[in-house]
Amino acid sequence: MAPAPSKLYADDVSLVVVLLDTNPFFWSSSSLSFSQFLSHVLAFFNAILTLNQLNQVVVIATGYNSCDYIFDSSSDLNRSFENGRMPVMCSSLLQKLEEFLIKDEQFSKEEPDGRIKSSLLSGSLSMALCYIQRVFRSGALHPHPRGSPDGPEQYVIFYILCCLHFSVLTLDLKKDFLLFRYVAIMNAIFSAQHSLVPIDSCYIGAQNSAFLQQASYITGGVHHKPQNLDGLFQYLMTIFATDLHSRSFLNLPKPVGVDFRASCFCHKDTIDMGYICSVCLSIFCKHHKKCSTCGSVFGQAQSEVASASDKKRKTPET
Amino acid sequence: MNNGGGKRINGGTEEDDDEDDVNGDLDAWERTYTDERSWESLQEDESGLLRPIDNKALYHSQYRRRLRSLSSIATAARIQKGLIRYLYVVIDLSRAASEMDFRPSRIAVIAKHVEAFIREFFDQNPLSQVGLVTIKDGVAYCLTDLGGSPESHIKALMNKLECSGDSSLQNALDLIDGYLNQIPSYGHREVLILYSALSTCDPGDIMETIQKCKKSKIRCSVIGLAAEMFICKHLCQETGGIYTVALDESHFKELILEHAPPPPAIAEFAIANLIKMGFPQRAAEGSMSICSCHKEAKVGAGYTCPRCKARVCELPTECCICGLTLVSSPHLARSYHHLFPIAPFDEVPPSHLNDPNNKLQRNCFGCQQSLLNPGNKPGLFVVCPNCKRRFCLDCDIYIHESLHNCPGCESFRHSKPVISNEE
Repeated sequence: MAPAPSKLYADDVSLVVVLLDTNPFFWSSSSLSFSQFLSHVLAFFNAILTLNQLNQVVVIATGYNSCDYIFDSSSDLNRSFENGRMPVMCSSLLQKLEEFLIKDEQFSKEEPDGRIKSSLLSGSLSMALCYIQRVFRSGALHPHPRGSPDGPEQYVIFYILCCLHFSVLTLDLKKDFLLFRYVAIMNAIFSAQHSLVPIDSCYIGAQNSAFLQQASYITGGVHHKPQNLDGLFQYLMTIFATDLHSRSFLNLPKPVGVDFRASCFCHKDTIDMGYICSVCLSIFCKHHKKCSTCGSVFGQAQSEVASASDKKRKTPET
Repeated sequence: MNNGGGKRINGGTEEDDDEDDVNGDLDAWERTYTDERSWESLQEDESGLLRPIDNKALYHSQYRRRLRSLSSIATAARIQKGLIRYLYVVIDLSRAASEMDFRPSRIAVIAKHVEAFIREFFDQNPLSQVGLVTIKDGVAYCLTDLGGSPESHIKALMNKLECSGDSSLQNALDLIDGYLNQIPSYGHREVLILYSALSTCDPGDIMETIQKCKKSKIRCSVIGLAAEMFICKHLCQETGGIYTVALDESHFKELILEHAPPPPAIAEFAIANLIKMGFPQRAAEGSMSICSCHKEAKVGAGYTCPRCKARVCELPTECCICGLTLVSSPHLARSYHHLFPIAPFDEVPPSHLNDPNNKLQRNCFGCQQSLLNPGNKPGLFVVCPNCKRRFCLDCDIYIHESLHNCPGCESFRHSKPVISNEE
């Protein structure tokens, strides 16, 4: 499918909504420690805020059990000190982050081992998009491409940066609970594409994340997996701190090898050719007599099997 | 004196109207006052003072009414939506379409909104196909065949917008019936007629044609631009479609965009089937091959059909060589939100607004905007029935129209997801 078309921006103000992954299961096994990671990221935030007086940074933490807003640079509390901004910002951010992590841990319940310990990307993406819609609605600050006849003088550009790690990004599509998360993430990505909000992603993990690659490709953002994590700050500054206007002049990492193949619902293998149920669009690798998701029998008129399929169509078990 | 004054004023306005029609001496700004009487939308309260129009609450209540009517139709029919749609859009190019009661003319308004509709349609139904049919001089012509690329339809439409002659519903329906009988049995057959005329000149018995359409399981909907007609109403009732008449341009836009999301499908209409599809990989950058759609050599950026290895330029499409439908997984994912819709949020009754317990959540969960009006008065908000989080009215509209996820439900791992069709 075609990537998002590049817009022409006229100014270099940006609003960056950062989705920080705080999944403790990943961080405990990562080569980069969370505190080192935070030091890179805090310096990055400060750099963005000093690049332009009107830049704004909002941080949303993506936990294992919950998501929440951590920091908003435009709120009154954070704007008070002009010179000593960095210490104030750091202390309030770190304090809020600690409170969030404590609360997140309290939500934990007993989970069977072996389940994939993925973070709640759909939740934080949805919250970020609602926040961006609010800024769009506030009138004067609205991105318009250059050449638009009724755009305001000053353009504000928004993008989301995800510092996310999924240790293994496969989804258990048989369990509808996680299917909802897959659908939710894709809904958020399409909504971002519709509102012209690019999603950049910085992947810090062992394998590749197909989700983040797809998200960045579809919305027109940049995806990168830093090779050397000690220099994370340099990657962040040179790739992700660039505002959208300057990106047309810079040579940023291009999307190579984005995999749009689908996985079949029965075995979760990626397939080149498959069979799609015409009723519920589930993907199968082999020809079946009946769809396991919606219960429709193939090749027969629906009314003949209405009674059987009615039962199947009730709430799928989570 | 009042009578005299009144008569003089009436005489004055009549003269003005004559001037309008005869030599258009009025400036453009004056003409807007004679056309759009914005003072008529002001309201008075009991004491005679003007009431400020609360646009936000008005907009929100209209939106919720629409949502409720849509969800009531959907729940009544055991939600199964027709996701693979074959839709014909019939555009009436008779004399009546050149009337100027819609500015600048009916056909210009129709063409503009059909373009927006086609783009929105392919955005929401990436696996579906659209064809265009026009009625001119009493004869129906097929403007474009069923296809999945929006640009070709829009280009064809913008070229042919001359109006003349009469309109014939029967000819259009006969033509479309012939075409729609050739599509695969798993597809849902639909027709959307944009009718400006007040009559139909038919060569035979239109009731027979309507019965034929009903037997072929074609769902016909009509949007009228003039007035309500019995024959259109009868056609829509018989085939299970929707008949609406547009009041003005913005209403027309709303009505036509309502046909973009998939309608609740009647189960017997389409036979479920497994469709073989391919998921092509992107060709490597810098590889050269001859593309099968344009028949010229191209470098890089294309897709390779997994069955015959031909190169295609864009997705979704049908491979020209081997006929395999080629899609990518995001195309399928675009339709998933129709299958898992979120429940509408509940309005909070005004009595609860002053409840001391409710002081806990002061901000909208999605955008962190304060839910209190200036002066610490409680403002309007809505609540998700599942996660009980509060959202402001704008987030409510955005979530239900564009995002299709509740941020509250998605942000908590242990919330049970609720599907609206189980209620």
